[in-house]
Amino acid sequence: MLDWIGTIIQGVLLGGLYALFAAGLSLIFGIMRLVNLAHGDLIVLAAFAILALASWFGIDPWLATLLAMPAMFAVGFGLQQLLLNRTLGRDLLPPLLVTFGLSIIIQNGLLEAFTADSRRLRLGAIETASIQLGGNLAIGVMPLLTLGSAIAVILLLNLLFYRTALGRAFRATSDDLEIAQLMGIDHHRIYAIAMAIAMLVATVAALYLGAGANFDPTIGPARLIYAFEAVIIGGLGSLWGTLAGGIVIGVAQTVGAKINPEWQILAGHLAFLAVVLLRPRGLFPRAED
Amino acid sequence: MSAALLETTGLDARYGDFQALYGIDSAVASGETVAIIGANGAGKSSYLKAIAGLIRTEPDSVRFEGRPIGGLGAANILKLGIALVPEGRRLFASLTVEENLQIGSYARDVAGPWSLDAIYALFPALQRRRAAPSHTLSGGEQQMAAIGRALMSNPRLLLCDEISLGLAPIVIRNLYEVIPRIKQSGTSIVLVEQDLAQALKVADRVYCFQEGRVSLSGRPAELTREQIHLAYFGH
Repeated sequence: MLDWIGTIIQGVLLGGLYALFAAGLSLIFGIMRLVNLAHGDLIVLAAFAILALASWFGIDPWLATLLAMPAMFAVGFGLQQLLLNRTLGRDLLPPLLVTFGLSIIIQNGLLEAFTADSRRLRLGAIETASIQLGGNLAIGVMPLLTLGSAIAVILLLNLLFYRTALGRAFRATSDDLEIAQLMGIDHHRIYAIAMAIAMLVATVAALYLGAGANFDPTIGPARLIYAFEAVIIGGLGSLWGTLAGGIVIGVAQTVGAKINPEWQILAGHLAFLAVVLLRPRGLFPRAED
Repeated sequence: MSAALLETTGLDARYGDFQALYGIDSAVASGETVAIIGANGAGKSSYLKAIAGLIRTEPDSVRFEGRPIGGLGAANILKLGIALVPEGRRLFASLTVEENLQIGSYARDVAGPWSLDAIYALFPALQRRRAAPSHTLSGGEQQMAAIGRALMSNPRLLLCDEISLGLAPIVIRNLYEVIPRIKQSGTSIVLVEQDLAQALKVADRVYCFQEGRVSLSGRPAELTREQIHLAYFGH
């Protein structure tokens, strides 16, 4: 019994990581209906940025993450203003094709710059630290920090969305683009700010991705699948739903792995298919659209 | 007439291959209320959309305070002081009433007679529903919120597209009672209206459109019913 509880707790904590992968994706889709196929690669790019900054300046990855955040913010803003804004329109295909191409470019650029070697962000003793819950239950400090960060990120994004003028402009642009322009809102700039914020979240995700497991330039798309599943399980455009979606996949994977280690990945995808079958619009669909 | 606040000269407007406006010459003086009347499809809404920047036009065909503004784009035109109350209200569905009003001053937050408090004084019904999601409002309340949202930018020129559309006569009368108060604040107004009686009552001048052209213009008192009928229907 106790080890099942442990398994589920592990799954919930793993869900925090998937939610971090997915939050940026959810934000972007919610505001501009853009499906960013390069999101996973942008997270990997951020992980390499943290790695590079940490080794150049001889600082630890936490500090390097803080330095990487403004850089990734700028990358997101520029990417949207210079490239992705030109692909948005009535047709859904151009942004898909362009972000797919971007994914390939980022992977190959990273291969050139960093080779195909597996890397890891080293955080020291905290990596193996755990908290004893009594009995045989113990939870790792890093997974707990990951989930805590995911909750904090989503809380902050919700505050931004529902408590600030910028958030109102985000929602208004998402509701009715034409009328938003009538209100003097420069939607291209709004989209660029949204992508920049998504890249801040991606940088946080990159820290936990790189600290939790090995990474190399090509792992982005595989991580992206979980992120897409989390967004769809939660309901498109709902950030708390995205967290719930991440947790559903995380728990399904750890429970699947507990039954048979070969089932880990499969169980996550099956949980996704089950939700899509039973609740096609996800667990927390938005009232609109 | 004093120097025009808004002037259109030979204004054409197209949606793809369809031409909606043919060489519209019009002017709105500072402080004036102008009504645009005409049958369905006469180009009234297209005229407002062209001024507000939702339809691309030649730069020189629309001048605001003497400056060419055609083709500047809706977001830039709002910042110059032209606000449109769109046909069908089109409030932001995921925003509350108050958030809809606040969005009005997001890009043009200038000092002027209009603020949240002033809008609530103009439409007390909105204050009671300030925290409500905008889609839960009645049609009349939605129209109040749409007018309030446009006023929040303290525009020099307010464009109103069919504010009586789909509303009960009593609600329309209440809405039209606030037009003189908006006028008193110094804002110039262009009203597009199917409800002829309301339009003629509040307007200083009227333009009648027929198939994308101006078929008649003048002061309401100087126009006869026959003239208006002929300009309206063309027969």
